[in-house]
Amino acid sequence: MCGIVGLLIKTEPLRDSLGELLVPMLVGMSDRGPDSAGLAVFTATLPDSYRKYSLYAGNYSIDWTDLTQSFNQLGKATIDPHGNQAVLMTDQPPETVKSWLKETYPQLHLLSAGRTIDLYKDTGKPSAVADRYGFRSLKGSHAVGHTRMATESAVTPAHAHPFTAGEDFCLVHNGSLSNPNEIRRKLEPRGIHFETDNDTEAACRFLEYRMREGDDLETAIQKGFEELDGFYTFLMGTADKLALVRDPFACKPAIVAETDDYVAIASEFRSLAHLPNVNQANIYEPAPEEMYVWTV
Amino acid sequence: MDSLTIAPSTETLTFDLSQTTLREVNSFLHHDPLNNGGKKVAIAHPDGAHNLAVGIDAPIEVEIHGHTGYYTAGMNKQATVTLHGNAGTGVAENMMSGKVHVKGFASVSAGASAHGGLLVIDGDAGLRCGISLKGADIVVGGSVGSFSGFMAQAGRMVICGNAGDALGDSLYEAVIYVRGNIKSLGADAQLEPMNDEDYAIVQSLLTQAGLPHNPQDFKRVASARQLYHWNADVNQEY
Amino acid sequence: MNNLYREESAGYDRRILHYIQNAAAHGLYEIRGLGAKRSLPHFDDLVFLGASLTRYPLEGYREKCVTKTVLGTRYASKPIELDIPITIAGMSFGSLSANVKEALGLAATEMGTSTTTGDGGMTQEERQSSKTLVYQCLPSRYGFNPDDVRKANAIEVVIGQGAKPGGGGMLLGQKINPRVAAMRTLPEGVDQRSACRHPDWTGPDDLTIKIQELRELTDWEKPIYVKVGASRTYNDVKLAVHAGADVIVVDGMQGGTAATQTVFIENVGIPTLAALRQAVEALEDMDMKGKVQLIISGGIRTGADVAKALAMGADAVSIGQAVLMALGCNSESYIQDGEHHSAIDDYLELGTAPGYCHHCHTGKCPVGVTTQDPMLEKRLEPEVGAKRLKNYLKTLNMELTTIARACGKQNVHHLEREDLVALTVEAAAMAKLPLAGTSWIPGVQGY
Repeated sequence: MCGIVGLLIKTEPLRDSLGELLVPMLVGMSDRGPDSAGLAVFTATLPDSYRKYSLYAGNYSIDWTDLTQSFNQLGKATIDPHGNQAVLMTDQPPETVKSWLKETYPQLHLLSAGRTIDLYKDTGKPSAVADRYGFRSLKGSHAVGHTRMATESAVTPAHAHPFTAGEDFCLVHNGSLSNPNEIRRKLEPRGIHFETDNDTEAACRFLEYRMREGDDLETAIQKGFEELDGFYTFLMGTADKLALVRDPFACKPAIVAETDDYVAIASEFRSLAHLPNVNQANIYEPAPEEMYVWTV
Repeated sequence: MDSLTIAPSTETLTFDLSQTTLREVNSFLHHDPLNNGGKKVAIAHPDGAHNLAVGIDAPIEVEIHGHTGYYTAGMNKQATVTLHGNAGTGVAENMMSGKVHVKGFASVSAGASAHGGLLVIDGDAGLRCGISLKGADIVVGGSVGSFSGFMAQAGRMVICGNAGDALGDSLYEAVIYVRGNIKSLGADAQLEPMNDEDYAIVQSLLTQAGLPHNPQDFKRVASARQLYHWNADVNQEY
Repeated sequence: MNNLYREESAGYDRRILHYIQNAAAHGLYEIRGLGAKRSLPHFDDLVFLGASLTRYPLEGYREKCVTKTVLGTRYASKPIELDIPITIAGMSFGSLSANVKEALGLAATEMGTSTTTGDGGMTQEERQSSKTLVYQCLPSRYGFNPDDVRKANAIEVVIGQGAKPGGGGMLLGQKINPRVAAMRTLPEGVDQRSACRHPDWTGPDDLTIKIQELRELTDWEKPIYVKVGASRTYNDVKLAVHAGADVIVVDGMQGGTAATQTVFIENVGIPTLAALRQAVEALEDMDMKGKVQLIISGGIRTGADVAKALAMGADAVSIGQAVLMALGCNSESYIQDGEHHSAIDDYLELGTAPGYCHHCHTGKCPVGVTTQDPMLEKRLEPEVGAKRLKNYLKTLNMELTTIARACGKQNVHHLEREDLVALTVEAAAMAKLPLAGTSWIPGVQGY
């Protein structure tokens, strides 16, 4: 069970303060999710052929400069390291990059891939995770964050949210699905690989699978209402959108504050209280089984 | 008088939750409210705090300025608590007496299991408003979400806007009055004709809530009492 | 000579035949009282390794053996102190008569232990008779109010029961008399079905806030227990700890009920033995053993059961059904005005007999325990019941200390799981204890 936060900045200049505004939101949800935290940030989109890869080294010590040099034999890459996490950027074909990473650095965990998404997640108190990866300095148009209180699966960085699938797609979840294993068994024969036993990963991969099959985000979510059983509030991020849905019972909380400058989403108002002009914001609770989609 | 000094109000004692802990404020409200010369208590900067003003048992007035988290004024007795903002989950849950007035909207489970007193919500209420209601009155100026009045046992709900799905599911003796549309009725809930007593009740509750609507515009929803005995068909053969 | 050979089907034995034909006749599932009747791996399948040459025993009835038990030391400023590690489980006024509730309180007070309210609120009688009273906060919230919260010595947030994890309680119309109806704000005679979820929170993150509300209400004085029905116990215990519980109560599938669907009683939940081991593992993995106390319930009947539960890692046990049996449940007779009276005919009227009765749900308890009938409830006089229950609790405590001394312990809480071995592979696997005479623990690597 967990806390979720999301922020989409409408006014260009304020995008430099994304991390500054978001960190108190994330830390505000520490009681709901004390054991891990994560954040997906959507930044300026890379040119068509480029991709960035958020890499996580865990307890392994990786010399990121070595990694880049070694990668350069394959093609040009730049790297932006934050301790045991780094964002690798290159124009090499994604399949080549992924197989090179798997072969050369099997200990590395690929957190996300895409043209706009950077992803950080780790175990520990949300404030500690935010400090560890310098969340305050992050810039971008929108972000999806999560604090976790593990229900059934283990407390590891891989089990932390956001979950990603495909490119430039992430999902965070508050609640508990009651049929995640069945979803997973439906997807696995279609070549979809799971990295954890977390129920949220099933929802994330299901929706991304539907989109790869041709659904737009809204249609995929509609199919999700039919297939995914249990209690959930999902917040999703794509290259240019934030989307929020709640199950028909809407047992897990969510609140939205919208101004001319931003749309902010959190499990509880206490994560929104510090935002500029929040008292003048349009504040509302998203209705169950309705889709809320905001575009950058 | 020095214009730069703010004179302490003789009417109101103010706590600022950004300076004072929740524990201190609640402890004051439990133990000292009447030694305070009958002053109103105001609470500033709740900023979404949970469990604010829970468990008061004194005829005092409390004004909260801002939005709150879960269980605001939970289990209230005697006090009049006014929230100038939105309430999180379970406002006035298990209230015994007194009045709780939310000037904004209220999240899910508003007035859950409340035994007595009056809960007024000027805006909308979320899902499960008045769930397990046990005798309190609830007046909602706006609309209520799905499953409102679920398993409500006693008390009255007046909904000035619309009601979501499964209104009054598994109702016992509580009665729900709705002015707007009802998306669907829950199991064992039925529309019934309004009588003079119903009109009088609705009028009285609207007046207490300060709402101008005409009682003639309301419909009555109550239990069909078909679920009162799970084995009705076989004449209690169990 | 009649040489007729009759072979009963294993798959369609008389029990199943009766079930099918009953379902066909009524189109309804069966509701009944008490706990699971099926055979389950249990504490009976464990034995103690008494002292010999490697360990030295204490004299069985003479030498000091501490039974004092403290619960709720984590956050509460006023923890619960008990003389024995055996508590009385939550059973409602409504399912039980007021006389029975009073008897429980009297006996528990004399023995220095606690009773627990149940679904339906707190009665004056039980608050007065029971020195240490745990007040339950249940999904139904029947009769729940802040005055009684303040009067209680501890608060137990009930998530579920061993007899029916995931389900709500039931109380059929026959037992909803005017007093019960008023306490629960229900029409008289209605078949009452309690909610399965709390009305104002869902999940451990919300529970954190709910627990904080109860603490704020009581100025952080009273211990908060969280009770779960045994199913995904390892995770449930971890989450209850995360949510801020002082004490966790785990109720195994043998736990009783006053009225629940048979299909629930027999098919949902895991045995107490397995649940206890999972709960202890969760606390140990979180380094919370001893900081958050653990109470186990569900089929605790004997002093040996208590000793085994403590050895496996419980801080205390909680007893429901066996307590009712001590009061006379399923006896052939009851004592009224100092004399024994046969109850056989009343059992027959219910279509049952002493030793088989599970008709708590009907309110027609022949010995006056689970009833609201004014005539029947007189069959259990509070003083008589209290005396019998006191005797029973005393016996359990003597058996517990006897075993503890035999294992060389001066304190019953010093029993440890290495004092136990299992007699069956099933029990060994569920309790993670070696099979007697071997070092083999099924399912554990390295053995």
